[in-house]
Amino acid sequence: MKAAAFDYVRPASVAEALELLRRHGDAAKLISGGQSLVPALNLRLLAPEILIDLGGLDLRSIAMDGGVLRIGALARHVDLLNSALVAEHAPLLALAMPHIAHPAIRNRGTIGGNLAHADPASELPAVMQALDAAIVVEGADGTRRVDARDFFTGIYETVLAADEMIVGVEIPVAEAGRRFFFHEFSRRSGDYAIVGLAAAATVAGGTASDVRLCYFAVGDKATLAEGAGAALSAGPMSVERVAAAQAALAEDLSPQDDQQGSAATRMHLARVVLARATAALFDDPALAGRTAA
Amino acid sequence: MTASVSIKLTVNGETVTADVPPRMHLADFLRERLSLTGTHIGCEHGVCGACTVRLDGDIVRGCLVLAVQANGAAVETVEGVSDSGEIADLQEAFRQRNALQCGYCTPGMLLTAQELLAREETPDRETIREHMSGNYCRCTGYQAIVDAVETTARARAAART
Ligand SMILES: Cc1cc2nc3c(=O)[nH]c(=O)nc-3n(C[C@H](O)[C@H](O)[C@H](O)COP(=O)(O)OP(=O)(O)OC[C@H]3O[C@@H](n4cnc5c(N)ncnc54)[C@H](O)[C@@H]3O)c2cc1C
Ligand code: FES
Ligand code: FES
Repeated sequence: MKAAAFDYVRPASVAEALELLRRHGDAAKLISGGQSLVPALNLRLLAPEILIDLGGLDLRSIAMDGGVLRIGALARHVDLLNSALVAEHAPLLALAMPHIAHPAIRNRGTIGGNLAHADPASELPAVMQALDAAIVVEGADGTRRVDARDFFTGIYETVLAADEMIVGVEIPVAEAGRRFFFHEFSRRSGDYAIVGLAAAATVAGGTASDVRLCYFAVGDKATLAEGAGAALSAGPMSVERVAAAQAALAEDLSPQDDQQGSAATRMHLARVVLARATAALFDDPALAGRTAA
Repeated sequence: MTASVSIKLTVNGETVTADVPPRMHLADFLRERLSLTGTHIGCEHGVCGACTVRLDGDIVRGCLVLAVQANGAAVETVEGVSDSGEIADLQEAFRQRNALQCGYCTPGMLLTAQELLAREETPDRETIREHMSGNYCRCTGYQAIVDAVETTARARAAART
Protein backbone atom coordinates (compact mmCIF):
# COMPACT_ATOMS: atom_id res chain seq x y z
CA MET A 1 0.00 0.00 0.00
CA LYS A 2 0.99 3.63 -0.35
CA ALA A 3 1.40 6.13 2.46
CA ALA A 4 -1.06 8.99 2.84
CA ALA A 5 0.37 12.39 1.88
CA PHE A 6 2.51 14.35 4.29
CA ASP A 7 4.90 17.29 4.31
CA TYR A 8 8.61 16.88 4.89
CA VAL A 9 11.28 18.93 6.63
CA ARG A 10 14.91 18.19 7.31
CA PRO A 11 16.23 20.28 10.20
CA ALA A 12 19.95 21.02 10.41
CA SER A 13 20.24 20.98 14.21
CA VAL A 14 18.69 19.37 17.28
CA ALA A 15 17.39 22.79 18.35
CA GLU A 16 15.63 23.24 15.03
CA ALA A 17 14.17 19.73 15.21
CA LEU A 18 12.81 20.42 18.70
CA GLU A 19 11.35 23.74 17.55
CA LEU A 20 9.57 21.97 14.68
CA LEU A 21 8.26 19.33 17.09
CA ARG A 22 6.94 22.03 19.37
CA ARG A 23 5.30 23.88 16.51
CA HIS A 24 3.58 20.88 14.92
CA GLY A 25 2.79 18.81 18.01
CA ASP A 26 0.83 15.63 17.37
CA ALA A 27 0.62 16.33 13.63
CA ALA A 28 4.36 15.62 13.29
CA LYS A 29 6.42 12.44 13.40
CA LEU A 30 10.20 12.21 13.63
CA ILE A 31 11.90 9.93 11.13
CA SER A 32 15.38 8.47 11.62
CA GLY A 33 16.05 5.23 9.72
CA GLY A 34 12.40 4.88 8.80
CA GLN A 35 12.58 1.10 9.18
CA SER A 36 9.68 0.99 11.63
CA LEU A 37 7.96 4.23 10.67
CA VAL A 38 7.76 3.80 6.89
CA PRO A 39 6.12 0.34 7.11
CA ALA A 40 3.51 1.92 9.41
CA LEU A 41 3.02 4.80 6.93
CA ASN A 42 2.75 2.45 3.96
CA LEU A 43 0.19 0.34 5.81
CA ARG A 44 -1.61 3.56 6.79
CA LEU A 45 -1.43 2.66 10.45
CA LEU A 46 -0.12 6.21 10.85
CA ALA A 47 -0.90 9.34 8.83
CA PRO A 48 1.10 12.27 10.21
CA GLU A 49 0.78 15.64 8.50
CA ILE A 50 4.50 16.26 8.53
CA LEU A 51 7.69 14.22 8.85
CA ILE A 52 10.70 15.75 10.56
CA ASP A 53 13.73 13.94 9.14
CA LEU A 54 16.57 13.68 11.66
CA GLY A 55 18.92 12.29 9.00
CA GLY A 56 20.86 15.52 8.69
CA LEU A 57 21.80 15.79 12.37
CA ASP A 58 25.26 15.13 13.67
CA LEU A 59 24.31 12.35 16.10
CA ARG A 60 26.05 9.34 14.65
CA SER A 61 29.19 9.06 16.74
CA ILE A 62 30.25 6.16 18.94
CA ALA A 63 32.88 7.25 21.46
CA MET A 64 34.40 6.48 24.85
CA ASP A 65 34.19 9.23 27.43
CA GLY A 66 35.65 8.33 30.81
CA GLY A 67 33.92 5.15 31.93
CA VAL A 68 31.01 5.63 29.55
CA LEU A 69 30.40 4.52 25.99
CA ARG A 70 28.36 7.25 24.29
CA ILE A 71 26.36 6.35 21.23
CA GLY A 72 24.53 8.98 19.17
CA ALA A 73 20.85 8.40 18.42
CA LEU A 74 21.51 8.17 14.69
CA ALA A 75 24.17 5.45 14.92
CA ARG A 76 22.83 2.73 12.63
CA HIS A 77 22.51 -0.91 13.55
CA VAL A 78 25.33 -1.70 11.11
CA ASP A 79 27.56 0.91 12.76
CA LEU A 80 27.10 -0.80 16.13
CA LEU A 81 27.62 -4.22 14.57
CA ASN A 82 30.97 -3.14 13.10
CA SER A 83 32.19 -0.97 15.97
CA ALA A 84 35.38 -2.06 17.74
CA LEU A 85 34.42 0.14 20.71
CA VAL A 86 31.07 -1.61 21.06
CA ALA A 87 32.72 -5.03 20.80
CA GLU A 88 35.24 -4.13 23.50
CA HIS A 89 33.19 -2.09 25.94
CA ALA A 90 29.62 -3.29 25.41
CA PRO A 91 30.02 -6.91 24.27
CA LEU A 92 26.40 -7.71 25.11
CA LEU A 93 25.26 -5.14 22.56
CA ALA A 94 27.61 -6.69 20.00
CA LEU A 95 26.11 -10.12 20.71
CA ALA A 96 22.59 -8.81 20.13
CA MET A 97 23.14 -6.87 16.90
CA PRO A 98 23.19 -9.78 14.43
CA HIS A 99 19.73 -10.77 15.67
CA ILE A 100 18.19 -7.47 14.66
CA ALA A 101 16.43 -7.71 11.31
CA HIS A 102 18.44 -8.23 8.11
CA PRO A 103 21.47 -6.52 6.52
CA ALA A 104 19.48 -4.09 4.35
CA ILE A 105 17.44 -2.98 7.37
CA ARG A 106 20.48 -2.75 9.62
CA ASN A 107 22.01 -0.39 7.04
CA ARG A 108 19.25 2.16 7.78
CA GLY A 109 17.76 1.50 11.23
CA THR A 110 19.13 3.54 14.13
CA ILE A 111 19.46 2.95 17.86
CA GLY A 112 17.47 6.09 18.70
CA GLY A 113 14.59 5.12 16.42
CA ASN A 114 14.61 1.60 17.77
CA LEU A 115 14.43 2.67 21.42
CA ALA A 116 11.79 5.34 20.71
CA HIS A 117 9.71 2.77 18.84
CA ALA A 118 9.75 0.58 22.00
CA ASP A 119 8.72 -2.65 20.36
CA PRO A 120 8.36 -5.17 23.22
CA ALA A 121 9.97 -7.82 20.99
CA SER A 122 13.01 -5.71 20.14
CA GLU A 123 16.42 -6.70 21.42
CA LEU A 124 17.77 -3.23 22.16
CA PRO A 125 15.48 -2.14 25.02
CA ALA A 126 16.48 -5.34 26.84
CA VAL A 127 20.19 -4.88 26.18
CA MET A 128 20.04 -1.29 27.44
CA GLN A 129 18.44 -2.43 30.70
CA ALA A 130 20.81 -5.36 31.19
CA LEU A 131 23.73 -2.94 30.73
CA ASP A 132 22.29 -0.33 33.10
CA ALA A 133 22.37 2.27 30.32
CA ALA A 134 20.89 5.75 30.35
CA ILE A 135 18.86 7.14 27.47
CA VAL A 136 19.68 10.75 26.78
CA VAL A 137 16.62 12.82 25.96
CA GLU A 138 16.47 16.42 24.82
CA GLY A 139 13.48 18.75 24.99
CA ALA A 140 12.59 22.39 25.41
CA ASP A 141 13.76 22.31 29.02
CA GLY A 142 17.17 20.87 28.22
CA THR A 143 18.69 17.44 28.50
CA ARG A 144 17.67 14.64 30.84
CA ARG A 145 19.08 11.16 31.33
CA VAL A 146 16.52 8.42 31.84
CA ASP A 147 17.52 5.10 33.36
CA ALA A 148 16.73 2.52 30.66
CA ARG A 149 14.68 0.56 33.16
CA ASP A 150 12.31 3.52 33.59
CA PHE A 151 12.16 4.48 29.91
CA PHE A 152 9.76 1.88 28.51
CA THR A 153 6.18 2.02 29.75
CA GLY A 154 4.24 -0.36 27.48
CA ILE A 155 3.73 -1.58 23.92
CA TYR A 156 5.30 1.13 21.71
CA GLU A 157 5.18 3.46 24.73
CA THR A 158 7.94 5.35 26.51
CA VAL A 159 8.33 8.28 28.91
CA LEU A 160 9.22 10.57 25.97
CA ALA A 161 7.04 13.67 25.92
CA ALA A 162 5.57 14.82 22.60
CA ASP A 163 8.16 17.59 22.30
CA GLU A 164 11.20 15.48 23.25
CA MET A 165 13.61 13.37 21.26
CA ILE A 166 16.33 10.84 21.98
CA VAL A 167 19.80 12.19 21.25
CA GLY A 168 21.84 9.21 22.41
CA VAL A 169 22.55 6.52 24.97
CA GLU A 170 25.26 6.18 27.59
CA ILE A 171 26.47 2.73 28.54
CA PRO A 172 28.77 2.19 31.54
CA VAL A 173 31.71 0.17 30.24
CA ALA A 174 31.94 -3.50 31.14
CA GLU A 175 34.00 -4.06 34.29
CA ALA A 176 36.57 -6.84 34.48
CA GLY A 177 34.87 -10.09 35.49
CA ARG A 178 31.52 -9.09 34.04
CA ARG A 179 30.02 -11.83 31.89
CA PHE A 180 27.26 -11.64 29.30
CA PHE A 181 24.73 -13.88 27.63
CA PHE A 182 22.31 -13.26 24.80
CA HIS A 183 19.84 -15.62 23.19
CA GLU A 184 16.50 -15.44 21.46
CA PHE A 185 14.06 -17.97 20.13
CA SER A 186 12.59 -16.91 16.80
CA ARG A 187 10.97 -18.78 13.95
CA ARG A 188 13.35 -17.53 11.27
CA SER A 189 16.61 -15.65 11.34
CA GLY A 190 15.97 -11.91 11.53
CA ASP A 191 12.40 -12.27 12.76
CA TYR A 192 11.31 -10.67 15.98
CA ALA A 193 11.82 -13.02 18.94
CA ILE A 194 9.19 -15.24 20.56
CA VAL A 195 11.20 -15.06 23.78
CA GLY A 196 14.63 -13.52 24.30
CA LEU A 197 17.03 -12.83 27.13
CA ALA A 198 19.89 -10.36 27.54
CA ALA A 199 21.86 -11.10 30.72
CA ALA A 200 24.85 -9.72 32.60
CA ALA A 201 26.44 -10.96 35.81
CA THR A 202 29.65 -10.91 37.77
CA VAL A 203 30.86 -14.42 38.48
CA ALA A 204 33.50 -15.16 41.12
CA GLY A 205 34.19 -18.18 43.30
CA GLY A 206 31.16 -20.13 42.06
CA THR A 207 28.76 -17.32 42.99
CA ALA A 208 27.04 -14.75 40.85
CA SER A 209 26.43 -11.18 41.87
CA ASP A 210 24.72 -8.14 40.37
CA VAL A 211 22.72 -10.38 38.05
CA ARG A 212 20.67 -8.49 35.48
CA LEU A 213 18.29 -10.62 33.45
CA CYS A 214 16.27 -8.67 30.93
CA TYR A 215 13.62 -10.52 28.95
CA PHE A 216 12.07 -9.28 25.73
CA ALA A 217 9.07 -10.41 23.66
CA VAL A 218 7.57 -11.57 26.96
CA GLY A 219 4.88 -9.15 28.04
CA ASP A 220 4.24 -5.56 27.00
CA LYS A 221 7.83 -4.34 27.36
CA ALA A 222 11.34 -5.59 27.99
CA THR A 223 11.40 -6.56 31.66
CA LEU A 224 14.14 -7.04 34.23
CA ALA A 225 13.47 -10.28 36.09
CA GLU A 226 14.49 -9.03 39.52
CA GLY A 227 13.22 -11.98 41.55
CA ALA A 228 15.06 -14.49 39.38
CA GLY A 229 18.19 -12.32 39.44
CA ALA A 230 18.11 -12.18 43.24
CA ALA A 231 17.52 -15.94 43.45
CA LEU A 232 20.54 -16.63 41.24
CA SER A 233 22.81 -14.47 43.39
CA ALA A 234 21.62 -15.74 46.79
CA GLY A 235 24.54 -18.15 47.27
CA PRO A 236 26.88 -20.61 45.54
CA MET A 237 25.51 -21.69 42.17
CA SER A 238 23.78 -25.06 41.94
CA VAL A 239 21.08 -26.80 39.94
CA GLU A 240 18.69 -26.11 42.82
CA ARG A 241 19.46 -22.41 42.69
CA VAL A 242 18.71 -22.36 38.97
CA ALA A 243 15.39 -24.09 39.67
CA ALA A 244 14.55 -21.50 42.33
CA ALA A 245 15.30 -18.70 39.87
CA GLN A 246 13.14 -20.41 37.24
CA ALA A 247 10.28 -20.60 39.73
CA ALA A 248 10.72 -16.90 40.57
CA LEU A 249 10.02 -16.01 36.92
CA ALA A 250 6.32 -16.67 37.61
CA GLU A 251 6.32 -13.42 39.62
CA ASP A 252 8.71 -11.46 37.42
CA LEU A 253 7.09 -11.96 34.02
CA SER A 254 3.58 -11.58 32.59
CA PRO A 255 3.79 -13.35 29.24
CA GLN A 256 1.12 -12.72 26.63
CA ASP A 257 -0.73 -15.00 24.22
CA ASP A 258 -0.41 -14.13 20.55
CA GLN A 259 -0.03 -15.81 17.18
CA GLN A 260 3.69 -16.36 17.88
CA GLY A 261 3.10 -18.42 21.01
CA SER A 262 0.95 -18.95 24.07
CA ALA A 263 1.70 -17.48 27.48
CA ALA A 264 2.52 -20.99 28.76
CA THR A 265 4.97 -21.59 25.90
CA ARG A 266 6.63 -18.27 26.61
CA MET A 267 7.01 -19.00 30.33
CA HIS A 268 8.48 -22.39 29.50
CA LEU A 269 10.96 -20.87 27.05
CA ALA A 270 11.85 -18.14 29.55
CA ARG A 271 12.79 -20.85 32.04
CA VAL A 272 14.75 -22.84 29.46
CA VAL A 273 16.77 -19.82 28.41
CA LEU A 274 17.44 -18.90 32.05
CA ALA A 275 19.08 -22.27 32.65
CA ARG A 276 21.10 -21.90 29.46
CA ALA A 277 22.17 -18.42 30.49
CA THR A 278 23.36 -19.64 33.87
CA ALA A 279 25.24 -22.53 32.32
CA ALA A 280 26.93 -20.16 29.89
CA LEU A 281 27.76 -17.52 32.51
CA PHE A 282 29.32 -20.21 34.76
CA ASP A 283 30.72 -22.17 31.85
CA ASP A 284 29.08 -25.29 33.34
CA PRO A 285 26.68 -27.16 31.01
CA ALA A 286 25.36 -29.24 33.91
CA LEU A 287 23.50 -26.17 35.17
CA ALA A 288 21.26 -26.31 32.08
CA GLY A 289 20.38 -29.95 32.62
CA ARG A 290 16.77 -29.45 33.58
CA THR A 291 13.98 -26.91 33.58
CA ALA A 292 11.44 -26.50 36.34
CA ALA A 293 8.08 -28.13 35.72
CA MET B 1 -1.94 20.18 0.47
CA THR B 2 1.54 18.80 0.74
CA ALA B 3 4.25 20.37 -1.32
CA SER B 4 6.57 18.52 -3.65
CA VAL B 5 10.25 18.64 -2.82
CA SER B 6 13.00 18.96 -5.39
CA ILE B 7 15.75 16.42 -5.14
CA LYS B 8 19.03 15.83 -6.90
CA LEU B 9 20.83 12.52 -6.76
CA THR B 10 22.83 10.19 -8.93
CA VAL B 11 21.26 7.00 -10.20
CA ASN B 12 23.64 4.49 -11.72
CA GLY B 13 26.16 7.27 -12.12
CA GLU B 14 23.87 9.75 -13.87
CA THR B 15 22.69 12.93 -12.19
CA VAL B 16 18.92 13.11 -11.82
CA THR B 17 16.81 16.03 -10.62
CA ALA B 18 13.10 15.74 -9.88
CA ASP B 19 10.21 17.14 -7.88
CA VAL B 20 8.71 14.40 -5.74
CA PRO B 21 5.87 14.18 -3.26
CA PRO B 22 7.40 13.37 0.15
CA ARG B 23 5.37 10.18 0.47
CA MET B 24 6.88 8.63 -2.68
CA HIS B 25 9.32 5.89 -1.76
CA LEU B 26 12.54 5.29 -3.62
CA ALA B 27 11.40 2.09 -5.33
CA ASP B 28 8.36 3.86 -6.83
CA PHE B 29 10.55 6.79 -7.83
CA LEU B 30 12.95 4.50 -9.69
CA ARG B 31 10.18 2.54 -11.39
CA GLU B 32 7.70 5.27 -12.21
CA ARG B 33 9.82 8.35 -12.78
CA LEU B 34 12.94 6.73 -14.20
CA SER B 35 11.41 3.57 -15.71
CA LEU B 36 14.01 1.46 -13.91
CA THR B 37 11.64 -1.44 -13.40
CA GLY B 38 14.33 -3.92 -12.40
CA THR B 39 13.68 -2.85 -8.83
CA HIS B 40 10.60 -4.87 -7.89
CA ILE B 41 7.92 -4.21 -5.31
CA GLY B 42 6.41 -6.99 -3.27
CA CYS B 43 5.19 -6.21 0.21
CA GLU B 44 5.97 -2.50 0.57
CA HIS B 45 6.64 -2.91 4.26
CA GLY B 46 10.17 -4.16 4.44
CA VAL B 47 9.62 -7.90 4.63
CA CYS B 48 10.39 -9.40 1.21
CA GLY B 49 13.53 -7.69 -0.14
CA ALA B 50 12.32 -7.50 -3.76
CA CYS B 51 12.94 -3.74 -3.72
CA THR B 52 16.61 -3.92 -2.67
CA VAL B 53 18.81 -1.14 -4.09
CA ARG B 54 22.11 0.44 -3.09
CA LEU B 55 22.17 3.80 -1.39
CA ASP B 56 25.63 5.33 -0.99
CA GLY B 57 27.09 1.86 -1.38
CA ASP B 58 24.89 0.06 1.17
CA ILE B 59 21.95 -2.18 0.28
CA VAL B 60 18.62 -0.86 1.56
CA ARG B 61 14.91 -1.55 1.17
CA GLY B 62 13.73 0.74 -1.65
CA CYS B 63 10.22 0.68 -0.18
CA LEU B 64 11.43 1.94 3.22
CA VAL B 65 13.46 4.90 2.00
CA LEU B 66 11.59 7.99 0.87
CA ALA B 67 12.78 9.47 -2.40
CA VAL B 68 13.30 12.80 -0.58
CA GLN B 69 15.67 11.04 1.81
CA ALA B 70 17.83 10.06 -1.16
CA ASN B 71 18.49 13.71 -1.97
CA GLY B 72 22.24 14.09 -2.50
CA ALA B 73 22.85 10.34 -2.43
CA ALA B 74 24.22 7.86 -4.96
CA VAL B 75 21.69 5.18 -5.85
CA GLU B 76 22.54 2.02 -7.75
CA THR B 77 20.01 -0.44 -9.09
CA VAL B 78 20.21 -3.86 -10.66
CA GLU B 79 20.31 -2.15 -14.07
CA GLY B 80 23.44 -0.26 -13.01
CA VAL B 81 25.34 -3.24 -11.68
CA SER B 82 24.29 -5.28 -14.71
CA ASP B 83 25.44 -2.72 -17.25
CA SER B 84 28.75 -2.18 -15.49
CA GLY B 85 29.48 -5.91 -15.56
CA GLU B 86 30.03 -5.91 -11.79
CA ILE B 87 27.80 -8.94 -11.26
CA ALA B 88 28.07 -10.67 -14.63
CA ASP B 89 29.58 -13.79 -13.08
CA LEU B 90 26.94 -13.90 -10.35
CA GLN B 91 24.17 -13.56 -12.93
CA GLU B 92 25.69 -16.36 -14.98
CA ALA B 93 25.89 -18.57 -11.86
CA PHE B 94 22.20 -17.85 -11.12
CA ARG B 95 21.34 -18.95 -14.66
CA GLN B 96 23.48 -22.07 -14.54
CA ARG B 97 22.21 -23.16 -11.15
CA ASN B 98 18.54 -22.42 -11.87
CA ALA B 99 18.58 -19.93 -9.03
CA LEU B 100 15.67 -18.07 -10.59
CA GLN B 101 12.32 -19.18 -11.89
CA CYS B 102 9.81 -16.33 -12.11
CA GLY B 103 12.61 -13.84 -11.43
CA TYR B 104 10.60 -11.62 -9.13
CA CYS B 105 13.07 -11.86 -6.25
CA THR B 106 16.17 -11.97 -8.44
CA PRO B 107 17.25 -8.30 -8.55
CA GLY B 108 17.09 -8.13 -4.75
CA MET B 109 18.89 -11.47 -4.40
CA LEU B 110 21.70 -10.33 -6.71
CA LEU B 111 22.33 -7.03 -4.93
CA THR B 112 22.16 -8.67 -1.51
CA ALA B 113 24.53 -11.48 -2.51
CA GLN B 114 26.95 -9.03 -4.09
CA GLU B 115 27.22 -7.12 -0.81
CA LEU B 116 28.26 -10.29 1.01
CA LEU B 117 30.67 -11.32 -1.75
CA ALA B 118 32.33 -7.92 -1.64
CA ARG B 119 32.93 -8.30 2.08
CA GLU B 120 33.77 -11.95 2.61
CA GLU B 121 36.16 -13.94 0.50
CA THR B 122 34.54 -17.37 0.78
CA PRO B 123 31.46 -17.32 3.00
CA ASP B 124 30.15 -20.74 4.01
CA ARG B 125 26.59 -21.78 3.22
CA GLU B 126 25.36 -20.85 6.68
CA THR B 127 26.77 -17.33 6.33
CA ILE B 128 25.20 -17.03 2.88
CA ARG B 129 21.81 -18.13 4.22
CA GLU B 130 22.05 -15.73 7.12
CA HIS B 131 22.97 -12.81 4.88
CA MET B 132 20.15 -13.60 2.42
CA SER B 133 17.57 -14.27 5.13
CA GLY B 134 15.72 -11.02 4.51
CA ASN B 135 15.03 -11.83 0.85
CA TYR B 136 12.06 -14.01 0.05
CA CYS B 137 11.82 -16.34 -2.92
CA ARG B 138 8.52 -18.09 -3.55
CA CYS B 139 9.84 -20.31 -6.36
CA THR B 140 13.26 -21.83 -5.95
CA GLY B 141 13.36 -23.12 -2.39
CA TYR B 142 16.58 -21.12 -1.86
CA GLN B 143 18.95 -24.09 -2.26
CA ALA B 144 19.87 -23.11 -5.81
CA ILE B 145 20.37 -19.49 -4.79
CA VAL B 146 22.82 -20.51 -2.09
CA ASP B 147 24.54 -22.76 -4.65
CA ALA B 148 24.93 -19.86 -7.09
CA VAL B 149 26.32 -17.50 -4.47
CA GLU B 150 28.72 -20.13 -3.18
CA THR B 151 29.90 -21.00 -6.69
CA THR B 152 30.55 -17.34 -7.45
CA ALA B 153 32.46 -16.85 -4.21
CA ARG B 154 34.72 -19.82 -4.99
CA ALA B 155 35.29 -18.74 -8.57
CA ARG B 156 36.20 -15.22 -7.53
CA ALA B 157 38.55 -16.51 -4.82
CA ALA B 158 40.23 -18.82 -7.34
CA ALA B 159 40.59 -15.96 -9.83
CA ARG B 160 42.35 -13.87 -7.19
CA THR B 161 45.06 -16.44 -6.43
C1 LIG C 1 11.39 -6.67 8.18
C2 LIG C 1 11.85 -5.97 9.43
C3 LIG C 1 12.37 -6.73 10.46
C4 LIG C 1 12.80 -6.11 11.65
N1 LIG C 1 13.28 -6.89 12.64
C5 LIG C 1 13.68 -6.31 13.80
C6 LIG C 1 14.19 -7.09 14.87
O1 LIG C 1 14.32 -8.33 14.77
N2 LIG C 1 14.53 -6.45 16.02
C7 LIG C 1 14.40 -5.10 16.15
O2 LIG C 1 14.73 -4.56 17.21
N3 LIG C 1 13.95 -4.33 15.15
C8 LIG C 1 13.59 -4.91 13.99
N4 LIG C 1 13.11 -4.10 12.98
C9 LIG C 1 12.98 -2.65 13.22
C10 LIG C 1 14.30 -1.90 12.99
O3 LIG C 1 15.25 -2.27 13.98
C11 LIG C 1 14.11 -0.39 13.03
O4 LIG C 1 15.24 0.16 12.43
C12 LIG C 1 13.96 0.24 14.39
O5 LIG C 1 12.96 -0.36 15.17
C13 LIG C 1 13.56 1.71 14.29
O6 LIG C 1 14.68 2.49 14.01
P1 LIG C 1 14.61 3.58 12.86
O7 LIG C 1 15.81 4.40 12.97
O8 LIG C 1 14.39 2.88 11.57
O9 LIG C 1 13.35 4.44 13.33
P2 LIG C 1 12.16 5.10 12.53
O10 LIG C 1 11.40 4.07 11.79
O11 LIG C 1 12.65 6.28 11.78
O12 LIG C 1 11.29 5.64 13.77
C14 LIG C 1 10.63 4.74 14.65
C15 LIG C 1 9.83 5.55 15.67
O13 LIG C 1 10.69 6.28 16.53
C16 LIG C 1 10.48 7.68 16.43
N5 LIG C 1 11.82 8.27 16.46
C17 LIG C 1 12.81 8.05 15.56
N6 LIG C 1 13.95 8.63 15.97
C18 LIG C 1 13.68 9.23 17.16
C19 LIG C 1 14.46 9.98 18.09
N7 LIG C 1 15.77 10.23 17.90
N8 LIG C 1 13.84 10.43 19.21
C20 LIG C 1 12.54 10.17 19.44
N9 LIG C 1 11.75 9.47 18.60
C21 LIG C 1 12.32 9.01 17.47
C22 LIG C 1 9.72 7.87 15.14
O14 LIG C 1 8.90 9.02 15.20
C23 LIG C 1 8.91 6.60 15.06
O15 LIG C 1 7.77 6.69 15.86
C24 LIG C 1 12.70 -4.70 11.78
C25 LIG C 1 12.20 -3.92 10.72
C26 LIG C 1 11.77 -4.55 9.55
C27 LIG C 1 11.22 -3.71 8.44
S1 FES D 1 8.73 -4.38 -1.36
FE1 FES D 1 10.29 -3.60 -0.08
S2 FES D 1 10.72 -5.25 1.22
FE2 FES D 1 8.99 -6.00 0.11
S1 FES E 1 12.33 -16.85 -8.57
FE1 FES E 1 10.22 -16.46 -8.23
S2 FES E 1 10.28 -15.47 -6.31
FE2 FES E 1 12.30 -16.12 -6.53
